[in-house]
Amino acid sequence: MFIKMIPEIGHFALVIALLMAVIQAVMPLAGAATRRPLWMAYGHPMATGQFFFVAIAYVCLTSSYMLDDFSVANVANNSNSLLPWYYKFSAVWGNHEGSVLLWSLMLAGWGYAASVFSGDLPRDMVARVQGIMGMVCVGFLLFILMTSNPFERLLPNMPQDGADLNPLLQDFGLVIHPPMLYMGYVGFSVVFAFAIAALLGGRLDAAWTRWARPWTNVAWAFLTVGIALGSWWAYYELGWGGWWFWDPVENASLLPWLTGTALVHSLAVTEKRGSFKSWTVLLAISTFSLSLMGTFLVRSGVLTSVHAFANDPSRGFFILMLLAITVTLSLLIFALRAPRVSHKVGFNWLSRDSLLLVNNIMLVIMTVTVLLGTVYPLILDSLGLGKISVGPPYFNALFVPLTVLMCMFMGLGPIARWKSMNASELWRKLWLSGAAALVLGGVMPLLYGGEWNVWVSLGIVSALWIVLPIVRDLFDKTRHASSFMAGLRRLSLAYWGMVLGHVGIAVTIVGVAVVSNYNIERNVRMSPGTTVEVAGYQFTMTELTNRRGPNFLADTSIIQVQRGDAGRSFVMRPEKRLYIATGMPMTQVALRPGLFRDLYVAMGEDLGDGSYAMRVQYKPFVRWLWLGGLLMAFGGILAIVDKRYRRAVSRKSSAKAASATPGASTSGSATSKEATV
Amino acid sequence: MTPKRKQKLFVILGLVSLTAIAVGLTLYALRSNINLFFSPVQIAQGDAPMERQIRAGGMVKEGSVSRDPESLDVEFTVTDYVDDVEVYYSGILPDLFREGQGVVVVGELQADGRLYADKVLARHDENYMPPEVAQALEEAGYSPADFQAKAAEVGKRLEQEGTPQASEY
Repeated sequence: MFIKMIPEIGHFALVIALLMAVIQAVMPLAGAATRRPLWMAYGHPMATGQFFFVAIAYVCLTSSYMLDDFSVANVANNSNSLLPWYYKFSAVWGNHEGSVLLWSLMLAGWGYAASVFSGDLPRDMVARVQGIMGMVCVGFLLFILMTSNPFERLLPNMPQDGADLNPLLQDFGLVIHPPMLYMGYVGFSVVFAFAIAALLGGRLDAAWTRWARPWTNVAWAFLTVGIALGSWWAYYELGWGGWWFWDPVENASLLPWLTGTALVHSLAVTEKRGSFKSWTVLLAISTFSLSLMGTFLVRSGVLTSVHAFANDPSRGFFILMLLAITVTLSLLIFALRAPRVSHKVGFNWLSRDSLLLVNNIMLVIMTVTVLLGTVYPLILDSLGLGKISVGPPYFNALFVPLTVLMCMFMGLGPIARWKSMNASELWRKLWLSGAAALVLGGVMPLLYGGEWNVWVSLGIVSALWIVLPIVRDLFDKTRHASSFMAGLRRLSLAYWGMVLGHVGIAVTIVGVAVVSNYNIERNVRMSPGTTVEVAGYQFTMTELTNRRGPNFLADTSIIQVQRGDAGRSFVMRPEKRLYIATGMPMTQVALRPGLFRDLYVAMGEDLGDGSYAMRVQYKPFVRWLWLGGLLMAFGGILAIVDKRYRRAVSRKSSAKAASATPGASTSGSATSKEATV
Repeated sequence: MTPKRKQKLFVILGLVSLTAIAVGLTLYALRSNINLFFSPVQIAQGDAPMERQIRAGGMVKEGSVSRDPESLDVEFTVTDYVDDVEVYYSGILPDLFREGQGVVVVGELQADGRLYADKVLARHDENYMPPEVAQALEEAGYSPADFQAKAAEVGKRLEQEGTPQASEY
């Protein structure tokens, strides 16, 4: 009886969560406006309850999947009794309704976390953050309940078995890629809430920045990992060996990453120097708006891709409205309030401030070019001006030069001093690194197979130009310590976070430059006995067999691979699968990964006479792409465990004592003066 | 002018020139990298440019796929059931490529009337006929519903014939 009611319980839990979110959206904000502590106190219990009930709904949907309850339309359309249990678990977010539920769960989770870890922030600021998180939650829960209910039943005509999960999504990459990406997308909602709360309260001081920075870093790190995983998944699952296609859906995740990166840097200036305040707020608003726009692009069905599950115009319209309301309201608040928080601090042309300004401008230009290329076809189409597509050459033509230009400034940034610095000091510190980068970058491609390539050289020079000045800086910073290691230990974790983040970008750049230019691909016709040589490896097809998997049939080729005549030989088994429930064919590639090269074999189509079309690829340094992404994310996390944020937590107790005094309730107006001083 | 104003002027000038460069580059890159879509009807009418990269789409015509026995060269016909376009391609066709199914090819039309494709994208559409193709038919004065019905009929029939049974293994 109870088990049969699971979907209804889930549905009901969502309704309760919505009601709690409505209260959370109204009471704390009203309380902050009228300075009523009791009203403000509604925020935390509502955030907690809402998280609890959305979690119940999520558990209910997952149980329906696990129990093969095909009377639930969502389960019937996206699962199958033959599906292994871990894919049943991940199938929950392999479809539109379930993924929006996951979105909402994470949103409620972030809201709860923001409410728990709000520490020494003034009470009215916390209340405002909770109220804005509540508003965003209301939007998404309404979206689920009105347009995409995951608990819809197919009664009384329930199917015998489910239609199965799209074979492309039956993969480990999919198990972790969407949750990571959503954590990033949704995480920026907290930063957004902080920004709007600062505008509403009219205060944006160093304490605010210290609180906003960790949240930004965490969201940014998740988004970075999510994008890297998505690229990795596309690499081995789509069967082409490409890792970035400038597909609108990929761009949708890159856009908030670019503005998010700008935000991470501009927050540094705001914290250290108290400038760039309104710019920081604007970036926080744009980043969250771009996250919403990404959701709109992916979920509305305006795009055709593996990600576009839903083709229901009402959903697209709903998210578009949500986006419009968010952007309009937040920009309105920004226009009215930003002058109150802005603060003039002068700085010299040659300073870290101005270099970070350049970084921000470059990232915003990149965002605009990618945005333009992504939405231009959609706009032309909706105006009836023809069906066009903007291909990778457009993005490469703009993105590559902009990245190289930015790398030139990235070499200077970590060395430069705040406020001002004289040119001779900069030159003295950098000329050696610059010369070394140029020489090494020019020579290194020669060592690799003796074939010089200008793009690879440019990539390596850029990467070295980022890394070498940092190495030099490490030596400078540890000069006065008793030993080099002791000096390294004395450096702050925030500094190490910056180092890792920049090294990560350099590693990714090397990966992109090398694999794009030295990739070897051969499409060949192979039958048992055929040998193909690619980059010194001999690939011999020894056998063509077939096997039965849990929910698919597969043709498997056994490929014997040997390097040269003497090398160790190993076997690779690419497959062509046919998923039984959907009748969908799928290529399962065989990979031999390595730090410096991947071997990649994919089966194409059956050519009839016992032979197969095969794609054999040699992909040097391809792993560096994702390795760099992981380093960047790790850097972002490292920066927030820095001492100064822990100090902020330890101050919490004293701040609590202060807020017990009657004077603290007027802190909102008092500090708004302080911020404009 | 005070030094502060001077600094502001430089910032503004710098921003304006950077934006101008960015916009210029963007427009240039957009103009040379846009691929327009043409359906077989439009190509037959001579609307599509020659020797310039375009996208073309329709259904793969029944019985038109022919593989060269020695290499990976393949030829097939893309149709909207009014007009046909012959496509030449060398390489591996995507998993979902089948006769009767929707397909989009990217390539150049040559003087011999064939489309030399660099890329073939299979596109599974519930109606079998990609929406752009239906729209092009309508603009050319045909009633797309009849052709869509035909596309669905051929597509479904070939799909059933083509699905191997589990007993074959």
